[in-house]
Amino acid sequence: MRFGVVVFPGSNCDADCFHVVDKVLEQPAEYLWHGQSEMKDIDCLILPGGFSYGDYLRTGAIARFSALMDSIREFGEKGGLILGICNGFQVLTEMGLLPGALIRNPSLQFQCHDTYLCVERNDTPFTCLYTKKQIVRVPIAHGEGSYVADRETLEKLEEKGQIVFRYCDEHGAATVAANPNGSQNNIAGIINEKGNIMGMMPHPERCAEDILGNADGLFVFKSLVKWWQEGGN
Amino acid sequence: MKEAQWREFGLTDQEYEMIVRLLEREPNDVELGMFSVMWSEHCSYKNSKNVLRNFPTSGPQILQGPGENAGIIDIGDGQAAVFKIESHNHPSAIEPYQGAATGVGGIIRDIFTMGARPIALLDSLRFGSLSKSKKSRFLFNGVVAGIAGYGNCIGIPTVGGEVYFHPSYEDNCLVNVMCIGLIEQKDIAKGTAAGPGNPVMVVGARTGRDGIHGATFASEELSEASEEKRPAVQVGDPFMEKLLLEACLELIKTGYVVGMQDMGAAGLTSSSCEMASRAGTGIEMDIARIPRRETGMTPYEIMLSESQERMLVVAKKGKENEVKAIFEKWGLEAVVVGQVTDDGFMTLLDGDKIIARIPAKALTEECPMYEPEATEPAYLAKAQQHDLSTLPEIEDCGQTLLALLSTPTIASKEWVFRQYDYMVGINTIVAPGSADAAVLRIKGTKKGLACTTDCNSRYVYLDPYRGGQIAVAEAARNLICTGAKPLAVTDCLNFGNPEKPEIFWQFREAVKGMSEACNILDTPVTGGNVSFYNETKGEAVFPTPVVGMVGLIDDIAKTVTMDFKNEDDIIILLGQNKDELGGSVFLSSIHGLEAGKPPEIDLQKEKLLHLTTLNLIDRGLLSSAHDCAEGGLAVAISECCISGRIGAEILLTEGIKAASLLFGESQSRIIVSTPKEKVDQVLNILSNAGLPYKVLGNVGGKELNITGTGWKIRLEVAVMEDKYREAISCLMNS
Repeated sequence: MRFGVVVFPGSNCDADCFHVVDKVLEQPAEYLWHGQSEMKDIDCLILPGGFSYGDYLRTGAIARFSALMDSIREFGEKGGLILGICNGFQVLTEMGLLPGALIRNPSLQFQCHDTYLCVERNDTPFTCLYTKKQIVRVPIAHGEGSYVADRETLEKLEEKGQIVFRYCDEHGAATVAANPNGSQNNIAGIINEKGNIMGMMPHPERCAEDILGNADGLFVFKSLVKWWQEGGN
Repeated sequence: MKEAQWREFGLTDQEYEMIVRLLEREPNDVELGMFSVMWSEHCSYKNSKNVLRNFPTSGPQILQGPGENAGIIDIGDGQAAVFKIESHNHPSAIEPYQGAATGVGGIIRDIFTMGARPIALLDSLRFGSLSKSKKSRFLFNGVVAGIAGYGNCIGIPTVGGEVYFHPSYEDNCLVNVMCIGLIEQKDIAKGTAAGPGNPVMVVGARTGRDGIHGATFASEELSEASEEKRPAVQVGDPFMEKLLLEACLELIKTGYVVGMQDMGAAGLTSSSCEMASRAGTGIEMDIARIPRRETGMTPYEIMLSESQERMLVVAKKGKENEVKAIFEKWGLEAVVVGQVTDDGFMTLLDGDKIIARIPAKALTEECPMYEPEATEPAYLAKAQQHDLSTLPEIEDCGQTLLALLSTPTIASKEWVFRQYDYMVGINTIVAPGSADAAVLRIKGTKKGLACTTDCNSRYVYLDPYRGGQIAVAEAARNLICTGAKPLAVTDCLNFGNPEKPEIFWQFREAVKGMSEACNILDTPVTGGNVSFYNETKGEAVFPTPVVGMVGLIDDIAKTVTMDFKNEDDIIILLGQNKDELGGSVFLSSIHGLEAGKPPEIDLQKEKLLHLTTLNLIDRGLLSSAHDCAEGGLAVAISECCISGRIGAEILLTEGIKAASLLFGESQSRIIVSTPKEKVDQVLNILSNAGLPYKVLGNVGGKELNITGTGWKIRLEVAVMEDKYREAISCLMNS
């Protein structure tokens, strides 16, 4: 399975994602420079974390105009697998490939720490190796990760089961206290209706090796490989 | 020339006369400006260099000692670690966010200038009283946000450091930033302008009017008028620096670079004349060709601007276009502004007109050196001889312990490090707050790097020589507790005005103490930074020689953290409890006393402690290890309990009074825990090594119980954790 890791000039988790695909999953990977307009033979795209173009303006607001975006959109529309992590999630909402937006944390601070997530769906390409309602520990690291959407959108997300990860406490309860950034409905990650594009604020690539003390996030990547190897069902 | 002018620039009459002699004429405005920044203490070390010669600077592990942009140490397998610490105190005291942010930006450039990829940042911070001073909270908040804003964006993890609070830092906070990078030894680049005819290029951001005379500003005391110097604080752009970092590392791989240097303090002036001076060459530059972001800038402003995110590159002749292409890919400019010459002169042109011509070495090596007068300060004898025997007995040891755990200097720094991205790069094996030092893996190997910063400035205030020794010993001990062998030091020496004999005495004695410890512990100094003039309204900060240290772990699987882990593990104290209370946080925060002699230290015994602890860790015998530092034995044990969320049962039988036994800060002590079945093996090794030790008790339960002669502490770990974790955020949110 061939992965493409998109590199904006201010991406800073691109090498981390590449490392997990290349060294931990042992799958082929290549970097896709933001200035190129085409990509070939990619089975899964990763939009990594970072500060795409500095993000002094709204996060991801400039990234959606980069040269690579048309091919990314086309890839997604054809059903290609796209995983947006942190800044990648922000870019996906700016592009309109995922609904809603990510705004400043209510603390007005950058927050970096572990969070517990409840896996709400395990029938997606990104989560098929988790069990439903499994509680996993995955760190966040962002200043603008508070998920917001209008009421209609939220209701639709809930109704269609598009919420994949929800912030929860270590026992699985999606409480206010367990919500690190005031995200509506404790949303940590969502998927599009078609089920091929997922965005999440927590960083699964940061907990994908035992030496880092936590490998809960590895199964996002392993799920993708399994899904693809089994023909995408 | 108008008399006032050179004095305004911080030059003395004698220095001005020297300049006239060196030039064989009077300098013009541009030349005078260049001399004033290059001969400032910040750039020239004119007051400190003689003392700094005490430091040991060589050893088999040292690939690059002081004198370059950063130090380099050998970590085996053809790899090297590049590291340096630097201060950004005055800018941060005036404009905390940008001051701290550009401090981070500056030190990162020092690392990638050498061709290394930066992999970690640490910050050593000091502020005034958090509980009593609104200004201190404002500075603390701004500095932490500035570090986060820059480091998080550029994507280099901030993995460790320290934060202290003391009223002496009220107006003059200290912000020292350390950066570590990783490099293949074959790729090391240096800051030299060799090869006459080679092009000199300015790359990165455009030059603006920000930060003019920042180096001079750093070399004077802060005053009420300092607020007006806010324009001397630069503004950082971490995104620009990220582009510059990637472009420079890509460039170095091509082999087209002869030399490269960051434009930090004194900008274009310092980078160009230092590069020429190191190579024994000259540089000719046309000011008109330097990309600017403002119109109407004078040559003087261009030469002294401290605009951030710029580098000076000397490339191989004929490779100019290749260099430009790399920078263009990253959306950056690279412009040829001149060339290396063989005449040893810095020649500045504005088109055809010569606007400055100075021998490069006149700006660097010819700077006058001083050996300021040194006198033992009057406060010292009085403070040291303070009679501590009349202190009242502690009424409730448990309550005193809780009070110390919530003292900001001791309390958890979670409020700080949760704002830093400490994980990006996925190398952080030991997260902030879980061990005495941060540990990073080196991908593709079994190795790890451990790093720390340390200085207990109260000790240095009470006895600069011993305080200097302890700063080094404690930094090394921190690394040892993770299982790392300490390799080398970078230091940031923060003191008051060196023209005052009492301050210079503190400086000289502290450096002597540090040098002795560096010698005995085999951790040579590879460079760093001296920051004088940390004074406000005539009052100096506590003398604060911060030690940044890097060590190597051969097998990261053996890394040890400080948390107690398993029920029934046996707790052992390595080292000895003594009846010492001088210089302790207990005296300062419970009794309001900055008094007594700091604890004694025997560096040979310290070394034995280090070697023995490393031996225990290497054999996989320890579950945890934690250094006894601020707050003494009781605080150290509490920290092991809190981070492991598990209790302990401790029995202390020494005939030492409770205050000293629990809260005294005797040196050379480490608390370890070990599984029951390994205890005999551990004790054997300790006896054979001749290291004093004491079995203190065992891990387990939900309470910390410490029983002594006639007193007892009984506290729930959850209660201690609450006090410890919430103290700083409570103060900041109040």
